[in-house]
Amino acid sequence: MTPLVSITELSKSFPGVKALDRVRFDLMPGEVHALMGENGAGKSTLMKILAGVYRKDSGVILLDGQPIEIISPAHAQLLTIGIIHQELNLMGHLTAAQNIYLGREPRNTMGLFLDEGKLNRDAQLLFDRMNMALAPTTLISELTVARQQMVEIAKALSFKSRILIMDEPTAALNNTEIEELFRIIRQLKIEGVGIVYISHKMDEIQRIADRITVMRDGTYIDTVPAATPMSQVITMMVGRTLETTKKVIPDTSSNEVVLDVRGLNRGRVLRDVSFTVRSGEILCLAGLMGAGRTEVARAVFGADAIDSGQVRVHGQVIHLTSPQDAVQAGIGYLSEDRKHFGLATGMDVESNITLPSLKRWLKWGMFLNQPAIHAISQQMVDKLNIKTPSLTQTAKLLSGGNQQKVVIAKWLVQDCEVLIFDEPTRGIDVGAKSEIYKLLNDLAAQGRAIVVISSELPEVLQLSHRVLVMCEGRITGELRGDEATQENLMALATWRDTGATVH
Amino acid sequence: MSESTLLSSWLTRLSVGQTKQKLLAFASLIALILVFTLLKPDAFMTQDNIIGILQSTTVIGVLAIASTFIIITSGIDLSVGVLMTFCAVMAGVFMVNLGMPLPLGVVCALAMGALSGCISGLTITKLKVPPFIATLGMMMLLKGASLIITNTRPIYFGDVEGFDQIALGSLIGELIPSLPIPNGVLIMFVVAMVCAVVLNKTALGRYAFALGSNEEAVRLSGVNVDRWKIIIYTFSGGICGVAGLLIASRLNSAQPALGQGYELDAIAAVVIGGTSLSGGVGTILGTIIGAFIMSVLINGLRIMSVAQEWQMVLTGLIIILAVYTDNLRRSKK
Repeated sequence: MTPLVSITELSKSFPGVKALDRVRFDLMPGEVHALMGENGAGKSTLMKILAGVYRKDSGVILLDGQPIEIISPAHAQLLTIGIIHQELNLMGHLTAAQNIYLGREPRNTMGLFLDEGKLNRDAQLLFDRMNMALAPTTLISELTVARQQMVEIAKALSFKSRILIMDEPTAALNNTEIEELFRIIRQLKIEGVGIVYISHKMDEIQRIADRITVMRDGTYIDTVPAATPMSQVITMMVGRTLETTKKVIPDTSSNEVVLDVRGLNRGRVLRDVSFTVRSGEILCLAGLMGAGRTEVARAVFGADAIDSGQVRVHGQVIHLTSPQDAVQAGIGYLSEDRKHFGLATGMDVESNITLPSLKRWLKWGMFLNQPAIHAISQQMVDKLNIKTPSLTQTAKLLSGGNQQKVVIAKWLVQDCEVLIFDEPTRGIDVGAKSEIYKLLNDLAAQGRAIVVISSELPEVLQLSHRVLVMCEGRITGELRGDEATQENLMALATWRDTGATVH
Repeated sequence: MSESTLLSSWLTRLSVGQTKQKLLAFASLIALILVFTLLKPDAFMTQDNIIGILQSTTVIGVLAIASTFIIITSGIDLSVGVLMTFCAVMAGVFMVNLGMPLPLGVVCALAMGALSGCISGLTITKLKVPPFIATLGMMMLLKGASLIITNTRPIYFGDVEGFDQIALGSLIGELIPSLPIPNGVLIMFVVAMVCAVVLNKTALGRYAFALGSNEEAVRLSGVNVDRWKIIIYTFSGGICGVAGLLIASRLNSAQPALGQGYELDAIAAVVIGGTSLSGGVGTILGTIIGAFIMSVLINGLRIMSVAQEWQMVLTGLIIILAVYTDNLRRSKK
């Protein structure tokens, strides 16, 4: 049988990163082929090339045995390749049918008016084929996320797609909804549609997939039958050798508990999250994307409202109504998205460094004490080795590592006792990374309580004195820094209430 | 540091960052003046005409300064023109109807401006109404209020001694008789200098830029974003009060139907002066230059006997051209 798609020697680079290095992948008709790997392994990049979002640098893509060049998402649709992105792209104010045929609305004979009747009949046919009870005239905003996903699938099918890419399709679904999705997937298999299934959830993959291809750091590792033991797949996923310096975990068990978080709940996003951090300790929050780690940080920092829960600093309960309260209690938060949440990129270095603490740099409660602002900013620039031509350099002109140091400086000036670092080294080159690691260790040694959120397992292993692993909004395990391994972290990060756990 | 180097370093700091953009606006202003001088040498460059231009810039200039603060936060205030009128009307109520002495009346009128600004700020932050809608509502509300309070009739300040001197008297002319620059012009420049200091040297100004640059980052820095927005709108409202006193003094009356449309002229001046409507960027000096470009243009065209309809068309084109050239300059970077 000719594969629907066959990819060989495919490479793709982005400025500064080799995202894919001579990768291969194939998909047979009627097959569910799971694509697995850690965050940043290159799964999404590979699929985006297949869907025409990115262009490949080199390599061959065969479609039904014929070499092709996929030039745009519209072209991919013509080639019967459909993708269902992790984030749904539907318009809430339009009906299901209107969304499915957006831009291709059937018109009546005059070609002047839309033929709403045909639109709805066509959509109904798709739903019938999927064996799904849904009125085509239902507004998208009235549907559950699961149902919206079904509409996306119907939309992909409306292009007569024979290749369907699903990127984490069950991320927002509950068990019943997952069952319905699987039923539709099986239906499509019978019709000969090939499905690429990207997921982190081991139990699902064993149930629905036929084959598994594992990727790591932008390279192809292996393709194995879905029946392969999960532990073996996990080893393949994380199996890189690590050059880690021997880390020393200080004994902080008798230090004072600085941050005490109890029973945080927020919808389905946070479920009964409790933990403590002691002075001098680095606690890592590990887990996959969407596990709820950033949400924990934002809740502790008062940036998002919570349904219930309590945060104490030095035993004092703090009211979580706004970040202002958290800052007053001595909590600093370094967001994962520097450009959107961390820096005022249009402002200069010293304005950014003194933003949270500006009150301290005023004369008569009003006028900026420019000499003092210069002095403290210069002190921070020297201390953190921030490379900037001057204190009045616009922040957006600095490199990622130096921008991150400016954000760190902001909170050091504010003298926070609890510092939460969300993906502190994202988008930062290796040299700056190790500097930031050293800085975090120094800060802990000075007695601050540090929380680090990281998706990179090597980073977690390198930094943590203690690790909390999260999955689907709850804490699924706690490990001492010296007993954590990539394997046991990964197993806990994919632990689900219905799924099997690996130890 | 000597006085003069202190002053020069202060001036450099004020202009750091936006030098080029102000040069561009300033060059346009000079070019306009040169063109009109060459075309109508005997009418344009006369003392009377120059004083006329200065005088006609005062009200829009002050309103534009008030708007600059709001626009730097990436907000917008559509109520400044009508708020000016409302403050003029309230000045009339305080001084004419209630017989308050001049200084107290002035303070109370300014306070009404600040109060209205504060209400806009509260609506935007606490009720979470977008600035465009909140100030559109305030615009209609204040216009109605001015008409109701005055029973749609002007209030004349004839009996308030010295009121017309606020804008029309000339302290400079008393000292240097050959230079009868009206006080209104002086007041505009004083307001401009005070506001330049507030914008560049105080926490209010720093937060205005920060809010316009990245509001979420400011919030996540633990700054009370709502409070500072309210303070900025309040401050801007107070400046609109100054404009209200200036126009009332010049007309020696409060005209309740006046004011609508001034906000758009003010916004135009701000934008011509290089302040970005998306926030985070702007200077008071640029705004003043922008206001002068508008009034020189209108004055020059009038001297050249261009019909008023065509003056409007040309002004419209100039605004679009100004922002277009600014975009070109930015994209080249």
